[in-house]
Amino acid sequence: MEPKLPAFIVPGRVAALVGRLPQLPPALALAGALNLALGRVLPREQLEPLAGKRLLVRVTDAGLALRFALGANGFRPVFDRQPDDLRISATLRDFLALALREEDADTLFFGRRLLMEGDTELGLLVKNTLDAVDWAALRPALPRVGLRPG
Amino acid sequence: MAIELVCPAGSLPALKTAVDAGADCVYVGLRDATNARNFTGLNFDDRALADGVAYAHARGAKVLLALNTYPRSDNWARWTAAVDTAAERGIDAVILADPGLMRYALRTHPSLRRHLSVQGSATSYEAINFYHEQFGIQRAVLPRVLSLAQVEQVIAHTPVEIELFGFGGLCVMVEGRCALSAYATGESPNCNGACSPGKYVRWEQTAAGMEARVNGILIDRFAADERAGYPTLCKGRFAVGSETYYAIEEPTSLNTLELLPEIARMGVAAIKIEGRQRSPAYVGQVTRVWRQAIDRVAHEGDRFRPDAAWLRELARVSEGQSQTLGAYHRPWK
Repeated sequence: MEPKLPAFIVPGRVAALVGRLPQLPPALALAGALNLALGRVLPREQLEPLAGKRLLVRVTDAGLALRFALGANGFRPVFDRQPDDLRISATLRDFLALALREEDADTLFFGRRLLMEGDTELGLLVKNTLDAVDWAALRPALPRVGLRPG
Repeated sequence: MAIELVCPAGSLPALKTAVDAGADCVYVGLRDATNARNFTGLNFDDRALADGVAYAHARGAKVLLALNTYPRSDNWARWTAAVDTAAERGIDAVILADPGLMRYALRTHPSLRRHLSVQGSATSYEAINFYHEQFGIQRAVLPRVLSLAQVEQVIAHTPVEIELFGFGGLCVMVEGRCALSAYATGESPNCNGACSPGKYVRWEQTAAGMEARVNGILIDRFAADERAGYPTLCKGRFAVGSETYYAIEEPTSLNTLELLPEIARMGVAAIKIEGRQRSPAYVGQVTRVWRQAIDRVAHEGDRFRPDAAWLRELARVSEGQSQTLGAYHRPWK
């Protein structure tokens, strides 16, 4: 079965515009979504090695570079000058396909559509922890908005 | 006897996906060095294992536990505890490589089925029969170095069921004995359960291309339009003489779909799909294709031809530039 999500690229004009906008609102939104999941569906204990690390999610076609860290109170956007510990880059379509479990991360990596730079161990932890979330078992317990693939 | 489809799972969702997509068996590992896919965040803790076994058994599927690395005297108890866990959790078979562990399993849990792992590196029926006589091995997973004619010879001379790799990433295939990763990192898949463990791997996009390093050693540099492979030493490009090339092997995937009629005719018991390190998406995609193919070959026999759509789907998820029939197909022999 081919992925249901069609191939698309965010138009260059949109990316150019988004790239000039402040990155705080989308970074806040991503951190907020992660925090909603943290402790509920994402096991905090397993993600502990992420504590204090700078993670950069680059949505290459959308001009977005979202930088955040995991602290005692959950994920928060960070704008300091410390180097990134982990950088993950892909297009919006491919990030969505990963989130929806329509694409395998290694498939995207082999096809050069996903780039993971920095601390590979942290990257594997993030990828494998997300893969291990049993959405089917959690669905009844989830909040009514968002976080529900499929 | 129909061929069993044996699929990989590195997480509970992957196991459920495999079962739902038609796997007869799912093979899994624990969260430690007792298995050869010991990657951070991957594999099953006790709770996930119990849930996975319950899910599979309720749907008529089996769960196999890979305990296919080699214990040492200082961590022996961890491996025997894993065998105990398998027995307690109702695992259908353990996949073992170490003869000492086989002996422990036979003596402590005689009714627990024992399979010989590919990591055991047994390529002759003499070796397989030895494991059968000494440790009651009921199935052997053959290393991917034999031609189909050789596989047929093995099957003809052993009472042990034979499981063949059908699809997935290939390596240099010195299984159970490969020290390439240890050469660069001090850790081998045989004892530590991972080839090029994540903590030693670094990728970086540079002006010259995407560079892959293992413990600081540059092992490959990919141009923008080149497909990538796993960062293992056997798949690196190295300077040899005046040339830089894949001196050991190019990143390649095994795909034996077109050999399925021959595999079925010679009495292979099971086809194994590689890839416990991969996501539920891959497990679902590959399991669905192979389920359809195995069902079709049971009806069509030698008239079987794989669908073009199946081959496209498998090529899409493959590692490296190309797919191969591996050693199975040697028409010149």
